Amino acid sequence: MIEVDIQKRVGALELSVQFTAPSAGITALFGRSGAGKTTLVNALAGLIRPDQGRIAIDDDILFSDAEGIDRRPERRRLGYVFQESRLFPHYTVRGNLGYGMRRGKPRDPALAFEAVVELLRLEPLLSRRPHDLSGGEKQRVAIGRALLADPRLLLMDEPLASLDLAHRAEILPFIEDLRDRLRIPIIYVSHAMEEVVRLADTLVLMSEGRVAAVGAVEDLTSRLDLRPLTGRFEAGAVIRASVAGSDLVFGLTELSFPGGRLRVPHLGLPLGTPIRARIRARDVALALERPRGLSILNVFAGRVVEIAADQGPMVDVRLDIGKPDRPVALWARITRRSTHDLQLEVGKPIHALVKSVALDRQSFSPYSRGGAAEQ
Amino acid sequence: MSLTPFELSALELSLRVGIASVLCSLPLGLAAAWLLARCRFPGKTLVDGVIHLPLVLPPVVVGYALLSLFGRRGIVGAWLFDKLGVSLAFNWKGAALASAVMAFPLLVRAIRLSLEAVDRRLEAAALTLGAGRLRVFLTVTLPLTAPGLLAGAILAFARSIGEFGATISFVSNLPGLTQTLPLAFFSLIQQPGGEAAAARLTVISIVLSLAALVASELLARRIARKLGSAT
Repeated sequence: MIEVDIQKRVGALELSVQFTAPSAGITALFGRSGAGKTTLVNALAGLIRPDQGRIAIDDDILFSDAEGIDRRPERRRLGYVFQESRLFPHYTVRGNLGYGMRRGKPRDPALAFEAVVELLRLEPLLSRRPHDLSGGEKQRVAIGRALLADPRLLLMDEPLASLDLAHRAEILPFIEDLRDRLRIPIIYVSHAMEEVVRLADTLVLMSEGRVAAVGAVEDLTSRLDLRPLTGRFEAGAVIRASVAGSDLVFGLTELSFPGGRLRVPHLGLPLGTPIRARIRARDVALALERPRGLSILNVFAGRVVEIAADQGPMVDVRLDIGKPDRPVALWARITRRSTHDLQLEVGKPIHALVKSVALDRQSFSPYSRGGAAEQ
Repeated sequence: MSLTPFELSALELSLRVGIASVLCSLPLGLAAAWLLARCRFPGKTLVDGVIHLPLVLPPVVVGYALLSLFGRRGIVGAWLFDKLGVSLAFNWKGAALASAVMAFPLLVRAIRLSLEAVDRRLEAAALTLGAGRLRVFLTVTLPLTAPGLLAGAILAFARSIGEFGATISFVSNLPGLTQTLPLAFFSLIQQPGGEAAAARLTVISIVLSLAALVASELLARRIARKLGSAT
């Protein structure tokens, strides 16, 4: 368990955060720039000293002003991947990777030099120097360097923020690999909801130096009251499902979740793989009756839970398409005109239509069951 | 052209004084630069001023101050002689001290600038990788300060080779003992008919300075390559 309860004043920012997160899987710190995310991560790493409070990881106290504890950063055993890779310019890639390595074998064989080099595909870079690496390569080396120090928690401060879109797409799968293959919990700072939804199990929403909410990613992203913080444009729901079958003739994969079966383009994952599917509100249409003669494969019966209407032409409707004991939230974005025509109101039975082709590879991410499920 | 014993002695003395003064003042210069670049303490401006004093004082005044402090009867000089048997008066060690003091501000300035240019975020990264403060200094800060150390050392060496005023008033102008190139040059132009010999010394000085500059340039390039400062 990662326990944080600290206060720190930095310039105009009054950081006052309190949360606990499981020490497994990825915990995302999400918020706008200036929300205090980096300050918080620096306090965890010991690079800045909180004015007061307490930080503990699995009952090991790193900071506590009441007990007079302030462990030096080099003794905290936390890996830190910075926004700007911060590689040492006077070392080769190999030298950078080896900088934090300890004598003796790492606790986890997956963190041996060769294993990390293979995981991040660093072999061709080993004898090069940081200044002739691309941004994406630098960040891969920085991740490897942090891992090889054998940390018990990995801090990643917007590791993709300084990269262009192509390089982001190059790094993301590596981070997913870390999450799935290593047993190191990760605290991942981001202000991009797509990354959070794809990577994280637990979400810590930050706003103006405070924690606005903590919880499982799929719970917080479907909450209307948090919409100003999670962002309206990317409105959508995250559904936890597992691979239940595949239709090889038509190249489809079936995902099973408490509300039924979701048919999506072929994913090539083994049966039973736990997976998170993000369904954007704008890819969901509504119908009062189960439609016939329609190209859409995914139709789920449910009812309206909430209607988020303002004066704009768009309305976000929150649905429950699960079973009575296991609700599953889904958002649909429709026009205000349709809300009026369908006479939508809370509690009204409805059918939700999800186009299979609207769900591309970016919409899915396997997740570790050990993550937020522990909560 | 082969050098006369007179020239050879002056050249050898100049090199010895220059190298000794640089090597001995380098660690102190690094410490002073660190103090000024990284620490905050009361009286810092005063310390900064004292270090820079030789830059603005007339060199003969510095030489006189050294004489009264480090001469056989000076407070420090007497102590050094009684306790350690070291005498700085009228020998090359005194000349080296005079050179070192005169060159110190240049040395500190160059190292300080270079220390201030070191990206402290790299030091923070090294800390998170488990390196203690000493290791961070030795493996990150010091190598990244190398260009400044080199520039400072070359400047200080050049200043030492050219030192005149403080040396002549502290340790006098004794052939074979304290007569470095500039002092030998001064003696020659004081003598009638010494111009030809003085011209030869001029050539030696130019060759020496040029060699130092070229060596430093080559070294600087090697460091730049290592640091990858193409960016």
